[in-house]
Amino acid sequence: MNEELQRMREEALKKIDNATLEQLNELRVQYLGKKGVLKSLMTQMKTLTPEERPVFGQTVNALRDAIQEALGGRTAQLNELARRARMAAETIDVTLPAKKQKIGHAHPNSLALDEVERIFVGMGYEVVEGPEIELDEYNFTKLNIPANHPAKDEQDTFWINDKFLLRTQTSSVQAHIMERGRLPIRMIAPGRVYRSDEVDATHSPSFHQIEGLVVDKNITFADLKGTLATFAQQLFGPDTKVKFRPHHFPFTEPSAEMDVSCFKCGGKGCRFCKGSGWIEILGCGVVHPRVFEMCGIDPEQYTGFAFGVGLERIALLKYEIDDMRLLYENDERFLRQF
Amino acid sequence: MNTSLNWIKDLVPGLDCTAQEYFDAMTLSGTKGETYTEYDKNLKDIVVGQILSVEKHPHADKLVICQVDVGKDQPVQIVTGAPNTRAGMKVPVVLPGGKVAGGHDGGPKPEDGITIEAGNLRGVESFGMMCSIEELGSSREFYPDAPENGLYVFPEDTPVGADAIDVLGLHDASIEYEITSNRVDCYSVLGIAREAAATFRKPFVPPVVTAVGNNEDIHDYLTVEVRDPKLCPRYTARMVKNIHLAPSPEWMRRRLMGSGIRPINNLVDITNYVMEEYGQPMHAFNYDKIAGHKIIVRRAEDGDTFETLDGQERKLDRDILMICDGEKEIGIAGIMGGENSKITDDVTTMVFEAACFDGTNIRLSSKRLGLQTDASGKFDKGLDPNNASAAIDRACQLIEELGAGEVVGGMIDVCFEHREEKRIPFDPEYNNRLLGIDISAKQQLSYFKPLEIRLDEKTNELVCPTFRQDLLRKCDIAEEVARFYGYDKIPTTLPSGEATAGGLTWKLRIENIAREVAEFNGFSQTMTYSFESPKVFDRLRLDAEDPLRKAIALSNPLGEDYSIMRTLPVNGMLTSLATNYKRRNKDVRLYEIATIYLPKSLPLTEYPDERTELTFGMYGDGDFFDMKGVVEDLFERLGMKEAPKYDPASGKNFLHPGRQAKILYHGECVGFLGEVHPDVADTYGIGERAVIAVLDMPKIDEYANFDYLYRGLAKYPTVTRDISLVVPLPILAGQIEDAIRANGGPYLESVDLFDVYAGGQVLQGTKSMAYTIVFRAPDHTLRDTEVQEAMDRILAALEKMGITLRA
Repeated sequence: MNEELQRMREEALKKIDNATLEQLNELRVQYLGKKGVLKSLMTQMKTLTPEERPVFGQTVNALRDAIQEALGGRTAQLNELARRARMAAETIDVTLPAKKQKIGHAHPNSLALDEVERIFVGMGYEVVEGPEIELDEYNFTKLNIPANHPAKDEQDTFWINDKFLLRTQTSSVQAHIMERGRLPIRMIAPGRVYRSDEVDATHSPSFHQIEGLVVDKNITFADLKGTLATFAQQLFGPDTKVKFRPHHFPFTEPSAEMDVSCFKCGGKGCRFCKGSGWIEILGCGVVHPRVFEMCGIDPEQYTGFAFGVGLERIALLKYEIDDMRLLYENDERFLRQF
Repeated sequence: MNTSLNWIKDLVPGLDCTAQEYFDAMTLSGTKGETYTEYDKNLKDIVVGQILSVEKHPHADKLVICQVDVGKDQPVQIVTGAPNTRAGMKVPVVLPGGKVAGGHDGGPKPEDGITIEAGNLRGVESFGMMCSIEELGSSREFYPDAPENGLYVFPEDTPVGADAIDVLGLHDASIEYEITSNRVDCYSVLGIAREAAATFRKPFVPPVVTAVGNNEDIHDYLTVEVRDPKLCPRYTARMVKNIHLAPSPEWMRRRLMGSGIRPINNLVDITNYVMEEYGQPMHAFNYDKIAGHKIIVRRAEDGDTFETLDGQERKLDRDILMICDGEKEIGIAGIMGGENSKITDDVTTMVFEAACFDGTNIRLSSKRLGLQTDASGKFDKGLDPNNASAAIDRACQLIEELGAGEVVGGMIDVCFEHREEKRIPFDPEYNNRLLGIDISAKQQLSYFKPLEIRLDEKTNELVCPTFRQDLLRKCDIAEEVARFYGYDKIPTTLPSGEATAGGLTWKLRIENIAREVAEFNGFSQTMTYSFESPKVFDRLRLDAEDPLRKAIALSNPLGEDYSIMRTLPVNGMLTSLATNYKRRNKDVRLYEIATIYLPKSLPLTEYPDERTELTFGMYGDGDFFDMKGVVEDLFERLGMKEAPKYDPASGKNFLHPGRQAKILYHGECVGFLGEVHPDVADTYGIGERAVIAVLDMPKIDEYANFDYLYRGLAKYPTVTRDISLVVPLPILAGQIEDAIRANGGPYLESVDLFDVYAGGQVLQGTKSMAYTIVFRAPDHTLRDTEVQEAMDRILAALEKMGITLRA
């Protein structure tokens, strides 16, 4: 009897091992079904002696467990194979072109301005704006450029009438901010400025500047140097060196121009720095006490510094744009490069 | 401003540096160098040689063979084609391996010069080259004694074998400076030399000027009357008789050359020399042409004309100051002398003028006349009146030194302004505090001495010389300390003190979001000029009385195309689209954050309204509804939760009459969009349908809102009803949606149009529109009756509009 059961077991397991998914169902019915092989074995129980019955019962139960387990295992195995086959068939060429929306691009001026704003906002500066159509008073007088000052002619001003003009410098925002009366001040003011220059590769009658102004107690020329050196390193890279040269602006004293070591050649000399290794980047200085007096700030208590950067200058240098006219033509093939 | 470096070195004898060292150090102390030219840069191994013999070349008619003594044991053989070659001449000789600056034709000079090697000319060996002045990099302008064509010839007493470049004075450099407008004193060689002395800490040795002149008195020859002391605070005059015109000496010519001035004759050269040296322009009049021997300084009359010494007729006005004699005008003060009194070759007696004129007046006059001269360029900075007498004495001293004439004794000096030295408190602590440094009072004072600023110990004041017109208050002194301590030595620190939050204004934050939305929708950012042509209004077909035609005009525009400030941003966008279309760019999408300028009154008496307009434009892929989607994307991103409304009656003549809309938010117009009118597109040269949208950002800024509130997730199911409507053609989808929303009750969740159809089986004059209407209650499952009541209300409302359910 036992031998017969053993043979039966081997035969069943072998069939299961080689079965397909459909055959497995048939085998399940054949062995475990209501009229299955195991059911009929159990009917033989009555022909056995009471002593034989428990042993026989256990053997049949063990056989049922083994068949069930084999059926389950084989099913899982076949499912796994089927899934693998399906995925193999689903393989795609991942190097086919992407499906994407055509995205637009920022103007190079904006990209450069974003950089500058990021740096100064990080240092606690607010970004403010002022009017482009400006009073003579704010563009000149309050910046210590009185009537008939040669600087007024030098800047080739566009006039609207004898009071109003198109601002020639974002420095005009200084007095507006100081007159708010809220101290300390740390601000940058980006915006359009206008000078009566004919359009060519390096000139435009309209361009952008970024004015900076800090007013507080105990502000020093050393603070000006440190702030602008930090700015230059953040904008042009950590190895950037700066050089301050004395200069003259009516609204700062002492005044300076700042050069940065050429970020194209690292200071060795190239076409961008005209061989000098340095690039002139901005004008700056300690706020002239006369400017404070005109804006109602006590120069004995407060000091400050100011600086002005040409945005196009930075954009042209940084992105190696060789003709300023490109910035105002708006050819999409140009814009899409930024 | 240009100077010869050797001239500076003569005034600062201890100065020993190369042109590059000088240039760098001066730039760092505030006298910025623009560029410099070393005359001897490409001149090497050039000596004075004497031609011993000249023989014919056996194979060439135009060449000769010379034996030349160059100061060595043996003469050298040199073949030349120079036409003036003859035995005995002393000439510059470049030896083999040496260099010259250029060719003999005076054409463009190679960057690194021309190296001369021993060679063979038509079978005859030649060891070097004899040079013309052009080959030495100069010209007959500066060496008028050089022959027009041929070798430069040295004077007979020149030692053979000497350094020819030294003999010619070409071991020098011309330095070009950018002088800032506050440093009037540095528009002179003496001013720059003083700065050089302070920079290099060497003594400054200015020329010693001694008063010269015979026993006569100028007052017996001439009178001077100044009628406008404001425009002429000082007028000095001196006289020279028995003039002997001749070329000026080589040293003077060389120095003028370094300043970029062409030598002419001793008289002209002396005036130019003193103008460079002292920064004081001078003028020379022919005494015999001065009627009544009388000089009157007065304003011109409106409408006068005057012939300047360049032969040009000039139109004068009341604000132009003139130098006149007893009868007529003889010069425009500070700008240019007259043809009628100029120095000619037959001059015997002349009057020197050194005056001080009002800088602003000269600047404005020179601008009106369109006449800028070396003199006006100095005067317009505003000169120190104290300088005039020193300069005129210097000129007379040079007249005597050069034997150019006999100086008449005495000086006429009409002086209305005696400028006092400025006194400024000496506050070394203030300087340290302002600069962020810590140096002693003694060290600070050491910087002032070479600048001729001295300390009055009694009052503790710094006394500043009158030529330093830029020193007015303590901060100016701090700059002097900074300059000579060295800007580079000042430490770098960051501001201490109260922290500030920083950040962008609300307006700029909204603009940055607008940029993101635009760019993710495929639009690239443009920038266009804010000024444009008034013709734009016609191009955009604006009505004659459209208020947007009231634009702010510039009084001095670059031309009509740049003459008014834009009142709408459309022209810039259409121009950019057209540029792209003409360049065959496909499917172009652009945006601009543009400012428009709306005057509150004209002429302008108060600040205009400067408004930022977000402008979109596209052609190619995308239509009206794509543009509408971009607008709504932006609103969504800006937290504008209401659905915008669109009113087709937007009245824009530059847009397609059937494809335009005002954009309404909360019932307020915040912008417009539409297809560009085909006529306008034609005008601009855009050959495809183009769509634009303009949003008025100040209004958008008001509605943008980033306060969000969580309202929970829906727990109860929705009930959906689809309806198909027969709608009279003039009724707009927006009106139907409004009606559904107004009558849908509290549980209406969404209304979606999923089909529009006209024609075919639909009744003439109507269209079929199908909507999905979704209801949901937040607190219970909706009952059929609740939904049915809402639907009945909706259908009743639609029926009143003439809309029926489709059978």
